[in-house]
Amino acid sequence: MRCVWCLSDSIYSPLARGSEANLSALLEGRSGIRRYEAGSFGAGEPFCASLFDRSRFDTSARPLFEQVLEACTRDAVSAAGIDASSPRVLFVLSTTKGDIERIGTEPADLPLCVPAMRLAAAFGNPNLPLVVSNACISGLAALLQAQRLLRSGRYDYAVVSGADVHSLFTISGFQSLKALSASPCRPFDASRDGMNLGDGAACIVLAASDSVPAGAWELVCGAVRNDANHISGPSRTGEGSFNCLRSVLQACSKEELAMVSVHGTATRYNDEMESVALSRAGLSDLPVAAFKACFGHTMGAAGILESILCMHSLDAAVVPPTPGFSDLGVSFPVNVSPEPRSASGRAFVKMLSGFGGCNAAMLFRKGGEC
Amino acid sequence: MRILKTVRLTAEIAGTSDLGAIYRSMGCDYPKFFKMDRFCKLGFLVTERLLENEPERFVLREDRAVAVFTRSGCLDNDLAYFKTVQPEEYFPSPSLFVYTLPNTVTGEIAIRNKYKGDTSAFVLPAYDEEAMAVQMDALFQDGVTRSALCLWLECPPDGPFEAVASLVVPDSV
Repeated sequence: MRCVWCLSDSIYSPLARGSEANLSALLEGRSGIRRYEAGSFGAGEPFCASLFDRSRFDTSARPLFEQVLEACTRDAVSAAGIDASSPRVLFVLSTTKGDIERIGTEPADLPLCVPAMRLAAAFGNPNLPLVVSNACISGLAALLQAQRLLRSGRYDYAVVSGADVHSLFTISGFQSLKALSASPCRPFDASRDGMNLGDGAACIVLAASDSVPAGAWELVCGAVRNDANHISGPSRTGEGSFNCLRSVLQACSKEELAMVSVHGTATRYNDEMESVALSRAGLSDLPVAAFKACFGHTMGAAGILESILCMHSLDAAVVPPTPGFSDLGVSFPVNVSPEPRSASGRAFVKMLSGFGGCNAAMLFRKGGEC
Repeated sequence: MRILKTVRLTAEIAGTSDLGAIYRSMGCDYPKFFKMDRFCKLGFLVTERLLENEPERFVLREDRAVAVFTRSGCLDNDLAYFKTVQPEEYFPSPSLFVYTLPNTVTGEIAIRNKYKGDTSAFVLPAYDEEAMAVQMDALFQDGVTRSALCLWLECPPDGPFEAVASLVVPDSV
């Protein structure tokens, strides 16, 4: 079977443009999270979020969502040096709500295939793009499906882009569920009281070949599993998340793992559930990275953005910090730290969970054999 | 992939565009149906028709995937939610917001049928059997998935609903 690996990547967040620039910001202790008072974006209550400064974008001709999606994708495609107009290249879009900001004004543009087809067309690509909209796990689900399509031999490269930008629609919705914090979020902390939303785009260009080049990160395997329990609340037993971990851990030894990057939304229930899943999988001791205290929850971008941060930080032999963490507030041990730590190991697992009861995990490994 | 069985559901086939009436005519007892948005109701009903004679239903299993394909997704419900956040009448509805994702229906089907396998939602510009088959073949690369529900669901705010549900297995089975 062909190996699938990361040829290039890019992140475009409110903090910085470029994968390395975003990792540097995180390691230097900078954060995209700001406080917004009630009335901001039309929302009824104050909130904290990492959002693009709208005044810096001209959205009269093109929505913000499409601008950041295309800019980020161009960065990664340019770095990959591939001919994106080739029929051997597949474009994949991961998003939860696409251009939902324009609901009520441009309903014809709202189906998520519309921005995906525009993106592929902007690169002259002839294939029907794949659009994955699987709530918060979309990014990993998109990488996983792209990996399978590449392995089948149908394509040689996949340009997997994830993006979401927030607006009254999502901010009011998560506030109505009492899921947002008015302070910078604190994943796994005893005082955590909800999540922060984040704008962002991220892109990984995947390549398929008979072997993985030395130093390149391979997508070894992944799994998506449903809790079959509740459409908007995590399973108390971490069922789906654990089943994903159990599946991907079959392809590596725990000694190989440098860290696990959790979903870590900083809601009471998500972080508690992940502590259960990690414990059941025997990963309680493994260093944990949770990125949402710096970038917010970037929704459709999250799986790609957070995987990129893991790859680049492990290239520098660092386990990234989880800002704001102080006292563990979950039922089972989770090895999380507010400071960067030195990393050892050439593999990591990325985890996500989302509405609809879905969960995902993916194993990445540097270089190595197929 | 190989198709074992397919059912279609449209207002013409059902003789009514009232999803509640279709539910009542099927005689199933699942009151949670009435909490769902139209998109989930449609997915629930067409799945019930597809699986009505399947032996050993409602037994926990991880080896069956659910894949939903759609163009408009839950846009109908998105508009309903958006009406609750207008400046003049601002009262965001959590019960509508939880249905503003196109994969929620896969969760409802997983809960109903006790499926703990892969659940996914994909967006296509139009009904496209070939494109759906490509994604289903890819899904079967998961080492655990032995069969899958492949659903086309469409209930746009301004048009009639249409659902096509198939039970599929890999070519090798």
